[in-house]
Amino acid sequence: MAEKVIECRELTKQFGDFIAVNKISFDVMKGEIFGFLGANGAGKTTAMRILCGLSYPSSGTAAVAGFDVYKQQESIKRNIGYMSQKFSLYENLTVTENIEFFGGVYGLPMQEIRRRSNDLIRTLGLTAEAKKLVGALPLGWKQKLAFSVAIFHRPRIVFLDEPTGGVDPVTRRQFWDMIYEAAASGITIFVTTHYMDEAEYCNRVTVMVDGKVEALDTPARLKQQYQADNMDEVFYRLARGAKRSAD
Amino acid sequence: MSAVILDHITKTYENGKVTAVDDVSLEVSPGELFGLIGPDGAGKTSVFRILTTLLLPEKGTASVLGFDCVKNYREIRNRVGYMPGRFSLYQDLTVAENLHFFATLFGTTIEENYTLIKDIYEQIKPFSNRRAGKLSGGMKQKLALCCALIHKPEVLFLDEPTTGVDVVSRKEFWAMLQQLKQQGITIMVSTPYMDEAVLCERIALIQAGRIMSVDTPEKIIDTFPAQLFAVKAADIYRLLTDLRNDPATESCYTFGEYLHITFRGHPDTNPQQLQEWLEQRGHRNVAVKQIRATIEDSFIRLMNEA
Ligand SMILES: Nc1ncnc2c1ncn2[C@@H]1O[C@H](COP(=O)(O)OP(=O)(O)OP(=O)(O)O)[C@@H](O)[C@H]1O
Ligand SMILES: [Mg+2]
Repeated sequence: MAEKVIECRELTKQFGDFIAVNKISFDVMKGEIFGFLGANGAGKTTAMRILCGLSYPSSGTAAVAGFDVYKQQESIKRNIGYMSQKFSLYENLTVTENIEFFGGVYGLPMQEIRRRSNDLIRTLGLTAEAKKLVGALPLGWKQKLAFSVAIFHRPRIVFLDEPTGGVDPVTRRQFWDMIYEAAASGITIFVTTHYMDEAEYCNRVTVMVDGKVEALDTPARLKQQYQADNMDEVFYRLARGAKRSAD
Repeated sequence: MSAVILDHITKTYENGKVTAVDDVSLEVSPGELFGLIGPDGAGKTSVFRILTTLLLPEKGTASVLGFDCVKNYREIRNRVGYMPGRFSLYQDLTVAENLHFFATLFGTTIEENYTLIKDIYEQIKPFSNRRAGKLSGGMKQKLALCCALIHKPEVLFLDEPTTGVDVVSRKEFWAMLQQLKQQGITIMVSTPYMDEAVLCERIALIQAGRIMSVDTPEKIIDTFPAQLFAVKAADIYRLLTDLRNDPATESCYTFGEYLHITFRGHPDTNPQQLQEWLEQRGHRNVAVKQIRATIEDSFIRLMNEA
């Protein structure tokens, strides 16, 4: 029996009387690549922020890496990595400074940080850019660096909120190579994307509609269930049923 | 007269050390829907910023609607709409306030041009009292587009307008661009989505600041020089590693549930042979088909050749 690393039951988030996340329940298994899809405004980022220990749910329960999202936010943060939709690196720090900064946040000893940082810069092929400001790097490079930084402290789970948004087809594939490598090393991947070919690369996929999880299965079974040729169509069928007039 | 002209434009940064735009020349016809396609850092945003008069080129000349981008910047600013890739809204203003602000800025009203933005705006209208900073990523993109359109520009520059926008809304968005085009608005758009690139009348493939080719998507696809196969098997990752490690493989990359592959030499490979060859190597549930390249294949090939 695979180990559960995320357990989420009836998780709900309200902003005033607007229900952004509406009683969602699911489990994520260790080492799994778990795709979290949904239309704009469906509630993906909101749910993800709760699971990352960055905001409190209004009701329901969830445990991440065995820690409670109400009472153990700090433990959650130490055991996960998070790449946010907007901000993930300091644009006005250099590549090396960013790595060292985030390594420091997770309390790794400086020597260890230096060693891993050098390795990382080499594997990413960023040796020539190490002293450049992150703001000057092309988006795809930034995203690869941000991902590496998010798993630098070897978290048990990494949450990726649209990591490939705006990234070109070649760099996007390189990014997914990195995801696979991380998953193979036992890190659980929780990822959102609006690229439907990327949905195919996930072990299981959820589709959120209007704050609810409307579907959850492997891409193959979802395609079968919705009699669709590809995930694009699956998404279309589900999202078209959205009531929330905001997208 | 062309709506947009770039004539040997060059732009460098960091005292000439980084060349963002390298001797680029191209023309966009009035009413054309023109795509600027290239990898991150290819120089697309610099091109947009030069055309919208926000950035000065070092060499060459550029004009929009016959106005020079350096000398006649005022005339240009009133006639074009620009949606920068990065978020361009006032985070503390509400949805409605942002739209009103941009309308006022250009001396118009929301009512006057509402039909232009209706389809997209209706989707975020229920949240018109929400501050822009609290919208989801894709909702912000939709609002930004409405703001760029509200003064009914003659030329519209859209820098990755659908990044972060969901599949369903992207289709609606492009339907809207077609409508704008029908009204005679010239559109220059960049996008990382290859399914959108094929919706443009012509595209320029740009890399490292240089134009690699300018043509209709169809013609670009037609020049794909190799036999292309789509392959899948029960264990897709073993298949990928096996194929990548094989010396006969020229290129092999993921493509949704399939891998796309081309070979060195072997000009008469047929799907049947390929299937048997893979089965001999212990792959199960192998499916092989020979396919026509898509624009994404052309793009990947071009990027890997460079
Ligand atoms: N702090 C907040 N106050 C009020 N409403 C909010 C707040 N944060 C999010 N929302 C609303 O909750 C809904 C869900 O937003 P969320 O960012 O989770 O969507 P998403 O699924 O990540 O969408 P996208 O694909 O566009 O990123 C949206 O309607 C959003 O405007
Ligand atoms: Mg989001």
